[in-house]
Amino acid sequence: MSGRKETDLDFLRSSLRFHHRKKITITVFLLIGACVFLIGRLTHFMIFCSEHYAEAARELHERERTIKAARGRILDQNGVVLADNRTVCTISVIYHQVQDREEVIRVLCRELDLSEEYVRKRVEKRSSMERIKSNVDKETGDRIREYDLAGVKVDEDYKRYYPYGELASKVLGFTGSDNQGILGLEVKYEEYLQGTKGQILTMTDAKGIEVEREGERRVEPIAGMDLVTSLDLNIQTYATQLAKQAYLTKEAQSVSIMVMNVKNGELLCMVNYPEFDLNDPYALDGIGLEAQSGAAVQDLLNAKWRNACINDTYEPGSTFKIITAAAGLEAGVVAKDSSFYCPGYVVVDDRRIRCHKIAGHGSQDFVHAVMNSCNPAFVTLGLRIGAERYYEYFEQFGLKKKTGIDLPGEAGTIMHKLEDMGNVELATVSFGQSFQITPLQLLCTAASIVNGGVRVTPHFGVKAVNSATGEEKEFSYPVMEGIVSAETSETMRYMLEKVVSEGGGKNGRVEGYSIGGKTATSQTLPRGTGQYISSFLAFAPAQDPQVIAIAIINRPKGAYYGGQIAAPILRQLYENILPYLGIMRYTIQEGEAPLRD
Amino acid sequence: MATENYERVKGKTEHHSDVSLWFALLFLLGFGLVMIYSASSYTAFADYGDQMFYLKRQAVAVGLGLIAMIVVSRIPYHFWERFSVLGVLASAVLICLVKTPLGVESHGARRWIKTGIPGFNLQPAEVTKLAIILFLAVLVCKMGSAIRTWKGLIIMMAPPGVLFLMIWKITNNMSSALIVMAIAAIMVFVASPDYKKFVLLAILAIAAAIGLVMLIKYTDVLGSFRASRIRVWLDPESDPDDKGFQTLQALYAIGSGGVRGKGLGQSMQKLSFLPESQNDMIFSIICEELGLLGAASIMLMFTILIWRMMIIANNATDLFGGMLVSGVIAHIAVQAILNVAVVTNTIPNTGISLPFISYGGSSVIFLLIEMGLVFSVARGIEYRGN
Repeated sequence: MSGRKETDLDFLRSSLRFHHRKKITITVFLLIGACVFLIGRLTHFMIFCSEHYAEAARELHERERTIKAARGRILDQNGVVLADNRTVCTISVIYHQVQDREEVIRVLCRELDLSEEYVRKRVEKRSSMERIKSNVDKETGDRIREYDLAGVKVDEDYKRYYPYGELASKVLGFTGSDNQGILGLEVKYEEYLQGTKGQILTMTDAKGIEVEREGERRVEPIAGMDLVTSLDLNIQTYATQLAKQAYLTKEAQSVSIMVMNVKNGELLCMVNYPEFDLNDPYALDGIGLEAQSGAAVQDLLNAKWRNACINDTYEPGSTFKIITAAAGLEAGVVAKDSSFYCPGYVVVDDRRIRCHKIAGHGSQDFVHAVMNSCNPAFVTLGLRIGAERYYEYFEQFGLKKKTGIDLPGEAGTIMHKLEDMGNVELATVSFGQSFQITPLQLLCTAASIVNGGVRVTPHFGVKAVNSATGEEKEFSYPVMEGIVSAETSETMRYMLEKVVSEGGGKNGRVEGYSIGGKTATSQTLPRGTGQYISSFLAFAPAQDPQVIAIAIINRPKGAYYGGQIAAPILRQLYENILPYLGIMRYTIQEGEAPLRD
Repeated sequence: MATENYERVKGKTEHHSDVSLWFALLFLLGFGLVMIYSASSYTAFADYGDQMFYLKRQAVAVGLGLIAMIVVSRIPYHFWERFSVLGVLASAVLICLVKTPLGVESHGARRWIKTGIPGFNLQPAEVTKLAIILFLAVLVCKMGSAIRTWKGLIIMMAPPGVLFLMIWKITNNMSSALIVMAIAAIMVFVASPDYKKFVLLAILAIAAAIGLVMLIKYTDVLGSFRASRIRVWLDPESDPDDKGFQTLQALYAIGSGGVRGKGLGQSMQKLSFLPESQNDMIFSIICEELGLLGAASIMLMFTILIWRMMIIANNATDLFGGMLVSGVIAHIAVQAILNVAVVTNTIPNTGISLPFISYGGSSVIFLLIEMGLVFSVARGIEYRGN
């Protein structure tokens, strides 16, 4: 104690009373109680909620970089790769790690052939990681890597590559910048092809700078499954050549050829000439792009990518007489020996419908009416069947529904409503006019009529295969039986064989093989432009069909009859592919030969 | 009450030296420096190019504080009686100085004044806490039994009330204002023999607080800044990017610590995620790095510190000494408790530093001066050794 003499402050010497000590102790116990409570709070957070908050924190700290999965390849039925992957690089910069900004800008401009303004904007952007360019080829990526610039990242990934360029372009389709399917099979089988992306997880601070001591976690990507298709590279290639030839010689707008397995619906080829280069799908040749608006460019691209076999409808014309004939046979209103008379025209209500042979075919039995492709005979037959019954068969044959092909964007049938089907409409439908279907729909319906009445689903996808594990997923497709009776089917095969051997399709004859088929020459819509669509549909062998094909020439110049210009295409095709497919010549051995699968 | 360690015997002059108290204090100071380095080195390097930027400044403040503490502990505490009114007036003036050109703005608030020493600014709120402890200790002795009455209570609470408003309104620092008020309330509670009044006031205060929270939670009457702060308190994940950000980041740090922590220096949250990680939020970094065990140890050290000071207060030679120590207990304990309460989202987020550990020069220097007073009171206790 001090020896100061401060008498006026004596009250300060008053001593602590009992109640003071009691209060001090109570206070301290209350404060310690608060501490204990807070330790309880801490226990709550650090033990019972620890996982929740630790997980939230990790999400905050981890930066995710995805690793693209290798996309599954697309193979033809013999295992030839039609769509493959190529290693490409993505170039990015990490703002905080770049040391010499100017040098980085200079190198990237030069190597990537980009404008300085573009590169500068990205290099100087304060983001954790900025992508400069993706899909850079591997050599360029390697060169940039050799500069060893701090903050410049070269990540490898995959880009779709189509070794055959234009081949089956509208069937295969292509992928976008993120390797996602954009068109064709690439879209339809996305779920199998895409695989599962992998991840590189690195810990970063709040500014996105990687914290090295934490290392990285890697989740490996899972490659997509390969898609095995029914396409046959050789057939597709040859059919493309034929289509190109016709396209050039006939100065046509487009030429389509399809070949389908009659028994199971597998499509062996689908050509829509002109095709486009799958490795450069956005190229528009000879069009001043600068003058085009974005929407106009997109329209041009969509037109270029269109698959005419399934995306577009047309008036089938005389090839549709196959359906009318089958309906008549099924309804029992006609037989092979039924007789028809053609004076060169037929009057329906107040309309006079002309036959293509102005002089008329005269008196003929049904087989000859088919061989002659006689319009008045088919109008008579159609009217005999009647609108209601005709409509029923139209539906029974599956013409109202889509074929169900495994490609996107299939067009539906455009048909009169039953209540609008007057005699004139019925008459025109009977020979394939005044309604529209897709070429594929016609091919499928014809196939089901000649194969004994089984409607198959046309398709390309056979199976998906995991190339790493060998695991397979086979695709199955619906089949509808009893479309027509076996007798009707047999009669149809007989008559259609006659069409080729002796009738309007004789240009489609193939030495040594029996071929059944039907030609057609239809006008383009709208009518009156003097433009035609010539087509020929044929199956082989006629007695036991294995394959069915159709060739369609859109707006040819000069001769335009299907029998003249379309039939020879399939003749050449069959001359080559029938032996290739192992279908025996009847001259050597009559009978069945299995289609290779 | 808890007098087992001491016996006051007249005539003996041997001075008491409390080893446990010294240990707890030095532990907290040393540990604080380690944690400041750990929590701040990353951002210090990013912002100032020197990992030890905060550590160095804090070490200087701790050194100065320790010198001041030892000096104060050697001065008989009655020496300070004469400065009781002066201290309060000086605090008031200093608070006002914040608004003059002498004021310094930092972290978006104007709470400091220049001292002329480079790198060291004074926070008047810290001075006020010390001044109010001294002032009330003197006043309690002066009032004698008048303290029992409501009138006495009001007289006691009036000066701290004024300072409370000044700190809150002038320096816009509600948390320091509340601490000043809490110190005063505890000292008055200790001084008064009465209980009823305090229980009544406590019930009223709690009821008012609950009422206010309910009002904010279920109605939209108070649309102000502080109301939204309460809403975020009730559910920090409702506004994770703005008002709930700091609280949520603190909880992430605490939660990811688990029982044993990630290890010293291993915090992720200090990498610029958690704002003020070396300051008000340092306790959550302690939790993240050292886990529940580390956090509980710190709480234990504070408990030991308070316990030893309680023994000194109870054995003080006179009421003045006892009241001084009670004030210091109130200051350290309330501030530590509120700090931990904030980082655990037990109370709404408000800036309160952790005594002896958080970064802040004024705070640690004035706390050590207060500790000097405690040691001075302890020196006055004469005891008979075994």
